[in-house]
Amino acid sequence: MKWNGWGYSDSRFLFNKKGQAEFTGNRYRLSGMIIPGLKDWMEGTFGANLQHKTQATVSPILFFFSILSIVSAAFVEELKSTGIPFSHEAEDRVFRAHGKKAHFTHFNFWFEKVLFINVTLFFFFFYCHNDVVKIVELACKHNVCLIPYGGGTSVSSALECPPEETRSIVSLDTSQMNRILWIDEKNLTAHVESGIVGQDLERLLNESGYCTGHEPDSMEFSSLGGWVATRASGMKKNIYGNIEDLVIHIKMVTPRGVIEKSCQGPRMSTGPDIHHFILGSEGTLGVVTEVTIKIRPMPEYQKYGSVVFPNFEQGVACLREVARQRCAPASIRLMDNEQFKFGHALKPQVSSIFTSFLDGLKKFYITKFKGFDPNRLCVATLLFEGPREKVLQHEKQVYDIAAKFGGLAAGEDNGQRGYMLTFVIAYLRDLGMDYYVIGESFETSVPWDRVLDICRNVKARIIRECKDKGVQFPPLSTCRVTQTYDAGACVYFYFAFNYRGLSDPVHVYEQVEHAAREEILANGGSLSHHHGVGKLRKEWMRETVSNVGVGMLKSVKDYVDPNNIFGNRNLL
Amino acid sequence: MANTYRVLDKVHLQDEEEFVDILEDKRHCSDLRFAFRTFSPPPYKGAPACSSAELNQAVLESQYLRYVINEVALEMGSSVEEVRDEACGIMREMSQNLQLRFIRLMGFVVRKVFKRIFSAIYVNMLQQATQECPVILMPNHRSYIDFLVVSYILFNYDIPLPVIAAGIPLAGMTIVGEMLRRSGAFFIRRAIGSDKLYWAVLSEYVRTIVRKGFAPLEFFVEGLRSRTLKSLPPKLGMMNMILEPFFKGEVYDVTLLPISISYDRVLEESLLAHELLGVPKPRESTAGLLKASRVLQENYGCMHVNFGRPLSARRLCEGKINRCQYNLTPRDLPQKPNAEAQACGSWLAHMIVRLQEEGALTSPWSLMACVLLQVPTAALTEEGLLFHQLTERTLWLRKLALDFRAHLNWPEKVPDSDVMSSTVALHRSVVYRKAGRVYLTRNDELEQKHSMEEDMMRTAAALLMLASYRNQCLHVFVRPALLALAMSVTKSTRKDELLTCFCFLQEVFSNEFVFIPGQSSQDFEEACSLLHKCKAVHVGQWEVTNSDTQPEVLSFLQELLKPFIESYQLMFRFLCEERDCVFREKDFLSGVRTLATKLIVSGELHTYEALSSDMQKNVLSSLRRLGAITKITTSQNNEYKVNKSAVRRTGDMLAGRIPPQIVQAAPDARL
Repeated sequence: MKWNGWGYSDSRFLFNKKGQAEFTGNRYRLSGMIIPGLKDWMEGTFGANLQHKTQATVSPILFFFSILSIVSAAFVEELKSTGIPFSHEAEDRVFRAHGKKAHFTHFNFWFEKVLFINVTLFFFFFYCHNDVVKIVELACKHNVCLIPYGGGTSVSSALECPPEETRSIVSLDTSQMNRILWIDEKNLTAHVESGIVGQDLERLLNESGYCTGHEPDSMEFSSLGGWVATRASGMKKNIYGNIEDLVIHIKMVTPRGVIEKSCQGPRMSTGPDIHHFILGSEGTLGVVTEVTIKIRPMPEYQKYGSVVFPNFEQGVACLREVARQRCAPASIRLMDNEQFKFGHALKPQVSSIFTSFLDGLKKFYITKFKGFDPNRLCVATLLFEGPREKVLQHEKQVYDIAAKFGGLAAGEDNGQRGYMLTFVIAYLRDLGMDYYVIGESFETSVPWDRVLDICRNVKARIIRECKDKGVQFPPLSTCRVTQTYDAGACVYFYFAFNYRGLSDPVHVYEQVEHAAREEILANGGSLSHHHGVGKLRKEWMRETVSNVGVGMLKSVKDYVDPNNIFGNRNLL
Repeated sequence: MANTYRVLDKVHLQDEEEFVDILEDKRHCSDLRFAFRTFSPPPYKGAPACSSAELNQAVLESQYLRYVINEVALEMGSSVEEVRDEACGIMREMSQNLQLRFIRLMGFVVRKVFKRIFSAIYVNMLQQATQECPVILMPNHRSYIDFLVVSYILFNYDIPLPVIAAGIPLAGMTIVGEMLRRSGAFFIRRAIGSDKLYWAVLSEYVRTIVRKGFAPLEFFVEGLRSRTLKSLPPKLGMMNMILEPFFKGEVYDVTLLPISISYDRVLEESLLAHELLGVPKPRESTAGLLKASRVLQENYGCMHVNFGRPLSARRLCEGKINRCQYNLTPRDLPQKPNAEAQACGSWLAHMIVRLQEEGALTSPWSLMACVLLQVPTAALTEEGLLFHQLTERTLWLRKLALDFRAHLNWPEKVPDSDVMSSTVALHRSVVYRKAGRVYLTRNDELEQKHSMEEDMMRTAAALLMLASYRNQCLHVFVRPALLALAMSVTKSTRKDELLTCFCFLQEVFSNEFVFIPGQSSQDFEEACSLLHKCKAVHVGQWEVTNSDTQPEVLSFLQELLKPFIESYQLMFRFLCEERDCVFREKDFLSGVRTLATKLIVSGELHTYEALSSDMQKNVLSSLRRLGAITKITTSQNNEYKVNKSAVRRTGDMLAGRIPPQIVQAAPDARL
């Protein structure tokens, strides 16, 4: 895996000698393919130029000699006696101190800036729940700060070490706690250690004919414990539910001891659900070690699909109707026009003249025959799951609704590519960064009647802020509706801009991101749908949950962790 | 606050841009060809235009209106269908029916008329890119012509034509009403009061226009045609309706475009003067319009239309409004704007008025009117004013106005004497020149016999016309003039005392002159710096002192406001001398008029402006704000209860007999 970028070391976008874009490796459907449209899209959208390449980044190790390690000697001694392995390799530390996805944008700019932020001094790899209990006890005894670390895919600066922290900081890496402890086929549950990564969990369960159905976009790298700690949401939540619907039992180690429920009843009326103190606690209360999670038999049949709408308004109206009739497929997502174009740019080179002819024909049919404006049309991608007959029936129902809103079925292939995009888009960000383009994504949830307004206003705000802050080229500002609920939807925004000519691009980037979040809140959107608050968004926590709400959370923290051992300072 | 100043600065920068005479470049092209020119404005965000029928339907089907209809039905005990029919009726009465054919027809007629009566229409048009958000055109309102002129100009420049908020009386005119409707006017009743259904239909109609954004919305923020050619305090109802879609996030932004229309000579000048003297305004009717066609025989000089810089409501409201407040209730439900939103709307509306003033052009005639009004009336009517003396004073004033950053439309490359004489010639309805002297024109020379009283009314009419033209440039001088007045009232040099008095004067005259609420100290600073700039005062850190180099500046400015002071004092005196503590507005108006006439004849009162019904009503509003009189809510015919000691105290403060105090004004209820 990369220390300074997203994902696997072998998978990346690059421009080959002929100047064509290519995706390396063999892990994804797009891997090893030439993507002819990408170069033009990048040049057209950002004004990026292949001649202008960012300088190569410097290895962090050079810089890390200057850090003074002030670790309590007694702690180190006792630690060695426990026999739990630990490491303090510089590369590991940076990795752990920031998370993979989180603001690694910084790395390419002022490395120094990152450097003087606190960096974790040690990490531990655990093998079981009892190891964690021991470490937490030791940390309490020696007053050491602990930061739990799962898959490291945080995008909310949750893993950054707080700069004001003066104690030793120790990172608790749960990645070695990755076993499925048991599967209960009678109740369809599995008891799993929290460090397991999404794709491993899915693969192991598949071997027994089961799945969890929880598929966040980060599932290749994110861990079960991380999902619990951030209230994660999966792409197929319409069938399987979000993480809070999936968990049956949680075991968490806190400075006060271990918290867990006494039984596995599917629902309880025993006061406020203590699981909800843990779900979304973002590592401030303790380390989740074991989770009992619902499992389902693997789906018999899966089918992708896509629908083209003449404009975004119609598309949203269709999604609203689907939600009203409660017939949403496993996943339904609506991309706006910019994202549709982006998806188009990522089409791999077609092998035969016949396919390219067919593509041309499709395009002609939609734009000329049906009169869709290529600069306004948008596309919804669909994923159906279940018994074959039911899927086909369901599919027809959804396409019928879409037709009422002017939607045209646009094929399985487009749908599937849409979903694949969400996995490779993070790699693309790394490519952009080589050419002076930085970008980020963020999400919100919003009532149905405000979906259109929030999309328009936030996108417009991003464009205006970039212009005001001196960005020379028009930014990419795009959104998609990724989840539907009875009372609203989840909206995902991407923004990216070419920072050539800016003296302080990171600052500009942060300002734009901040402004965009303000705009979301002013338009009735939530602070976060599933990314969490971390440190990036905690300034808005008070207005989000009210004074009393903050007080409630504080008092829980004060009881559970009076000495702030879990001192990552997220959330509050 | 800093925002305003940035905005105001931009307006000053705009001086450089050229005014173009839109009559000139088309004079050689035939009117017919002009009317049938291809008109292809850029569409709004690429979306198709919205027809007036679609608009009406969207309004009637809105959740907001459905909710209010149900509520009203419940309150009135009538059926929902009845109320809905009533709403449809209101809609029919109100709605515009913009049609390009009629615009073409209007374009044809209007151009013919304009070419006849105006020598030029100068337009300073900012070429705009395609709009990303709804545009609100906000012209000032001085003449009926304002309605047509903006649409005419936009037609000329290929910009989408506006829908225009107009008063309902215009709709009542046969044929003309319908023509206006088809040119995009929609009609609003004058006294809406607490008619819930009407408010609902109107506000939803306006909001829908803003939300759809297919056409700019034009409305007069002053609410009325200004009878005195002076800016009026803005009306806030429309302003709030326009801002609401932005506050609620239904549109990204709203672009406000202040437009200043300045006339060399206003078509309705004598009508206005008579109206102010209590002659009832003729009802707007087509017959009346035809009768008035006589005005088309005359020349009205030039007209200047200055399009201000587009303002972003979003930018201006930044930090002034918390838009999250709308998150917890459905946006479609009726919700009164809260104090914050109202304050924001009021501030914006006042600022627009200020920008309109800044953008207005001051004509030589307006400066001459200032000079003429400072000459004793007898001198004007009997012996006349020496022409060269008038020229000299006017030129001096021109310099002062330039020091005060006024926009002048003084013709360049023309000798000053020619400018003066052509101006006098243009305004022969007010003054005439004979044997090197200038006299006040008094109409109806044919009637030989006239009583003293009638004679006086004729003088009054001419003088009020003159006062109106003076008012056109009053905004240039008003801040320094209030400071000059404060200096003479307090006889103090201490800045804090002067500021207190300055604020007090602003408060008393808040219906006469428009100031942005909450910006008194900036106004004061501005006044200090302007007076300092023209070397009339020395401004220290704590003191403002008279400088002896330019004594005439201060005395001119004090003299400029004297008619206001005298009239206000007269009315205060009248109220204190009344036997009763309760009076009717009608009686007050006639009583003041009688008293003023008596005093003018006896030579005790020097200004005729006390006769102006506008000023009389302003005194009432001002006293109400100051809490010296209160309206009796139960009475039908506008009865007031007066607190004589408070009135006397205000008068004393105004005269400098007791130190002024800032009175905590009652919250502004001009919604």
